[in-house]
Amino acid sequence: MRLSSLRGALVPVGLLVLWEILSRVGVFSPIVLPPPSAVAVKWYAGLLPALPYEPGQESYLAWIFSGEMPHDAASSLTRVLAGFVIGAGLAVPTGLMLGTSDRLYGLFNPLLQVLRPIPPIAYIPLAIVWFGLGNPPALFLIALGTFFPVLVNTIAGVRQVDSIYIRAARNLGANSWTMFRRVILPAASPYVLAGMRIGIGTAFIVVIVAEMIAVSDGLGYRILEAREYMWSDKIIGGMLTIGILGLIIDGAMSRLNDHLLRWHRGLER
Amino acid sequence: MSADRQPKSAEIVVANAVKVFGTGTAAVAALQDISTTVPEGQFLCLLGPSGCGKSTLLNAIAGFTPLTDGRITMGGKVVTQPGPDRGMVFQEYALFPWMTVEDNVRFGLDIKGVPKPEATIAVDRIVATLGLSDFRKRYPKDLSGGMRQRVAIARILALDPPVMLMDEPFGALDALTRRTLQDELLRIWSEYRKTIVFVTHSIEEAIYLADRILVMTYRPGRIKRDVNVPMPRPRDPASQDFNAIKRELGALVMEEQQRFTNAELHAPAVD
Repeated sequence: MRLSSLRGALVPVGLLVLWEILSRVGVFSPIVLPPPSAVAVKWYAGLLPALPYEPGQESYLAWIFSGEMPHDAASSLTRVLAGFVIGAGLAVPTGLMLGTSDRLYGLFNPLLQVLRPIPPIAYIPLAIVWFGLGNPPALFLIALGTFFPVLVNTIAGVRQVDSIYIRAARNLGANSWTMFRRVILPAASPYVLAGMRIGIGTAFIVVIVAEMIAVSDGLGYRILEAREYMWSDKIIGGMLTIGILGLIIDGAMSRLNDHLLRWHRGLER
Repeated sequence: MSADRQPKSAEIVVANAVKVFGTGTAAVAALQDISTTVPEGQFLCLLGPSGCGKSTLLNAIAGFTPLTDGRITMGGKVVTQPGPDRGMVFQEYALFPWMTVEDNVRFGLDIKGVPKPEATIAVDRIVATLGLSDFRKRYPKDLSGGMRQRVAIARILALDPPVMLMDEPFGALDALTRRTLQDELLRIWSEYRKTIVFVTHSIEEAIYLADRILVMTYRPGRIKRDVNVPMPRPRDPASQDFNAIKRELGALVMEEQQRFTNAELHAPAVD
């Protein structure tokens, strides 16, 4: 166990050392590929507060997170969550309606199949025309990126509900509302949650792109800004932060899933 | 669980029941002119090979399958839809996997609008009756097949239905668990005085449980033989009387099984 984790670290650490040596020797210019040590220094500098702590001005906690990177990460995360809530908030009820009603499904499914394959990023020009710059187009794009995966999964979840549960509930005297709330909804929830996990992943991709175009803070904006000054160490450091944030979001989503679906067979371990 | 809370009569009357699935050349007569009466409190088994319409008849009594012709009444009222007065136990258990054992048992009471304290008392009693007290907070996925079927029985028993309909409920269980649950069911039946219609393809199970057995024919489903089982309970499957009935019914069921096999060999696509 210990040995195998050591062996797993062999390749990344080896590459880092090789990269450091090649950069320092001058094989790569610092603009093309700065040494990892420079990236680490820059990353750490971004993490720290820019100004010294002034008691009375702000709380210590606010000061700790006042650095550029924590601020950007918080902005990006807020956008992802806000866009996700809008997108999923529209997709779940729509999906429940389309999944329950064959007539609505027949009416809307063709349109859905046409719109679904358009990547949310392709909406950028239209988003700017419609909403200008700033947060509105960014939120629109993030919500859009969340909407379709959640919608498609919710519809599938409702349509696949095992008829045996419906029969059992009817036998026990359930009316349509009880059937919907206590049988169809929970039976579809594994699908809905899977859709949300895909949706928040898409939202995270979209937020980075949207920030490069429409707003002036956030992790996406910051790495594009660093390019203006050819600060490659800052670009790579920013990418690292984006990766870490993505990992945290997916991990949180996965733990939420495990908790909500603790009854589910597929989660037996 | 006194009798005065139940409707006057849990008698089921099946009158000239016909069920045809599909139309034209693809039409299959699942039930053909079935008439019988199940008196209140009787334990009736429907016995026959696959395709004899025994499950169709049960589903028609449950109100899941509308008849093509004829009618079914319970306590004088025509059956048109499913209802908690005819609690159904499915072979696949059909427990709600997102609910704990307790919530599954409580579900019917919630629907009925039973106030929480009362429902809790009822759930406590039923759960204890079926030996599930230690499993109340478990989810169905953590239970064995036998335990799941206990929960399914508890779930309908909570509503105190005059009639219990059981569709091969123990078919997927191992022999020992099966016998345990059969005994448990007989205990519940005698204690709560239910009318039970029980579908099985096991001759021994039918003789072990039933007051009366209807042997059904393979397609179209008709009543081939109406047999009373006069033996006192508990019944000994090794006894002479038991085996005499077993031999008699075995011959009848095998005739139908033969017709089923022939039909399958000549039309392998069916079912």
